[in-house]
Amino acid sequence: MLSIKNLTVSVGDKQILKGINLEIKAGEIHAIMGPNGSGKSTLSHILSGKGGYEVTGGAVTYQGKDLLEMPPEIRAREGVFLAFQYPVEIAGVSNIYLLKAALNSVRKYHGLSEVDAMDFLTLIKEKVRLLEMDEKFLYRAVNEGFSGGEKKRNEILQMAILEPKLCILDETDSGLDIDALKVVSEGVNSLRSPDRAFIMVTHYQRLLDYIKPDYVHVLAHGQIVKSGGAELALELEEKGYSWVEAA
Amino acid sequence: MNAIAKNQQTWLQALRSDALTQFAAQGFPSPRAEEWRYTNVSAIEKKRFLPVSDAQTAVDVTDILTAYQLKEAWSLVLVDGCFHADLSLLDGLPEAVAVMSMANALDSEAETLQRTLGQAVSAMEHGFVAFNTAHFTDGLFVRIAAKQVLTKPIQVLHIATQADSLTATRTVIIAETMAAVELVETFVGIDNSYLSAAVTEVFVEDNAAVTLTKVQCEADKAYHFGGTYVKQARNARFTHHNFAFGSLLARCDIHSDLEDAAECELNGLYLGAKRQHLDNHTRIHHNKPHGISRELYKGILDDRARGVFQGRVIVAEDAQKTDSTMNNRNLLLSADAEADTKPQLEIYADDVKCGHGVTVGQLDDKSIFYLQSRAIDEETARNMLTFAFANEMVNKINIPALHDLVLAEVLKRFPQQGIEQDLL
Ligand SMILES: Nc1ncnc2c1ncn2[C@@H]1O[C@H](COP(=O)(O)OP(=O)(O)O)[C@@H](O)[C@H]1O
Ligand SMILES: [Mg+2]
Repeated sequence: MLSIKNLTVSVGDKQILKGINLEIKAGEIHAIMGPNGSGKSTLSHILSGKGGYEVTGGAVTYQGKDLLEMPPEIRAREGVFLAFQYPVEIAGVSNIYLLKAALNSVRKYHGLSEVDAMDFLTLIKEKVRLLEMDEKFLYRAVNEGFSGGEKKRNEILQMAILEPKLCILDETDSGLDIDALKVVSEGVNSLRSPDRAFIMVTHYQRLLDYIKPDYVHVLAHGQIVKSGGAELALELEEKGYSWVEAA
Repeated sequence: MNAIAKNQQTWLQALRSDALTQFAAQGFPSPRAEEWRYTNVSAIEKKRFLPVSDAQTAVDVTDILTAYQLKEAWSLVLVDGCFHADLSLLDGLPEAVAVMSMANALDSEAETLQRTLGQAVSAMEHGFVAFNTAHFTDGLFVRIAAKQVLTKPIQVLHIATQADSLTATRTVIIAETMAAVELVETFVGIDNSYLSAAVTEVFVEDNAAVTLTKVQCEADKAYHFGGTYVKQARNARFTHHNFAFGSLLARCDIHSDLEDAAECELNGLYLGAKRQHLDNHTRIHHNKPHGISRELYKGILDDRARGVFQGRVIVAEDAQKTDSTMNNRNLLLSADAEADTKPQLEIYADDVKCGHGVTVGQLDDKSIFYLQSRAIDEETARNMLTFAFANEMVNKINIPALHDLVLAEVLKRFPQQGIEQDLL
């Protein structure tokens, strides 16, 4: 589904990603772990098309297409979804408005008609229940005045509604208490499917207790310094990042 | 001709003649005055607007009423500065509430007016107030007796129909102790050049609450001066929503004087395009302790439009524990648009919490990217965010019919693409 080859990325004079290689197949869950500042968010942003970075080398192929060529909204319509580490607050646009506008632009891209109003309400109510959110959140401005945990749930709500193919979760676990973490994990797990892949960016291993990854990669100083199975996360938890960073 | 000609009480004569002297001496304000340095009103003097005479033909205002007269409200209609009972909807007012034209009030509420008219603002303020005081033809009078809480809003609808006309109207609103009322001032006009100069005085007595919404949708070529002057007694609450949409040149002054623990909220939205000049001047004067003021003005300026925000917050020596914030945010949609913003804090007390902030800029890239990452194309994202910037202010309106009216005005001024009304 996703193939990243020798990707290098800079901001100004500073090289942030220094040759990333990663192969992700449909149905897989990949965890990317690493210390703060190692380049995890940069990688997530590059995959979803955020501006302000310069790709200095390498290639990213998504479902056989050149991902880096596509504008961000086309990537989203093609099924790439980023749950942001720091979701943006948008005053004056209600959550339900954004959800409907987003869903309809995806549908339109795939030649489908606009979602029926009743079907839409049924769908979002179901997802709101899944994430144990209050329906009132639907009518509030996007993320405005939401707590850290509420913002993260809201990201997963959007993901559940858009049903993307490649889900990138950037530190969705940070700022969540243990109950919220369980709810969010259940939400993610309910979306697991053979034709969907996940990239779980996280700093801590605890999220991986609830969402079991197939592969774990350690990112340090802009490079993947170690890859392994789920057991690598436990090992990291025990020994700390210095163990792999030194390697 | 002049509806008030017959009301020649001596106090009013004196007030008017003082104002006339004042106006003769100073004329309309010049850009040399600090408070007017961004507002060049010389065009008004050159234009030679004249008062409407009886000889001018009546214009059908049915369409305007359909669009702008609020349902579920009491409304008083002024056409070219004179009250029209036949167009107004004033049936079923509670007894403890007086809503009438200013001309009528000068007869039946003379004592109240003698105590109030000219007390929230004097003709010394500047030329427009002097001019208005000397020449106002009619207006709205509202008095809500103590403890009365009105369930429906009161609207005054100002309609300008005549080219090159000049109208001066005066409104006095009194909410007695513990009364509560919502009022709406709407300004509209037929596509002409004209000048409307409206002065409103509001007296919010102890523990009373007044919400006043101004919707300025004057014609494109019109000139508008509006001054709102408020006296807030102990614990009084005053909320103002100021929507400036129309006019070639519009200037709006809003001043409030706060006594102990009074609360004042000033919201504003100005949308300028083409060569519009929209000017807002606010002054909040905390005279006594424990007052609260919250101010947020937002402007969106396109083409060669210019928006001005001058906001002053004055905290007197005696006004300890004042809690005040003032913010002005501007969005420039074109390289030729301009926003001048000048917040001023004058604090003479030492134990206060006062903050202010201003921004002038473009849409935030992070927000655009966020929407793009949710499958929305860049142009639609920009439209949505621009609209959202304005919609935040529209959403502060609690009266559903008024909310919809203002929303419709905002939507008229935005590219429609990407804005789905059914979900707003
Ligand atoms: N826009 C930027 N400009 C300059 N430096 C940046 C920018 N974005 C990220 N960086 C730097 O790149 C490094 C990686 O950042 P980031 O991807 O956010 O790391 P992580 O998500 O792993 O904590 C950090 O040193 C950060 O300061
Ligand atoms: Mg990060």
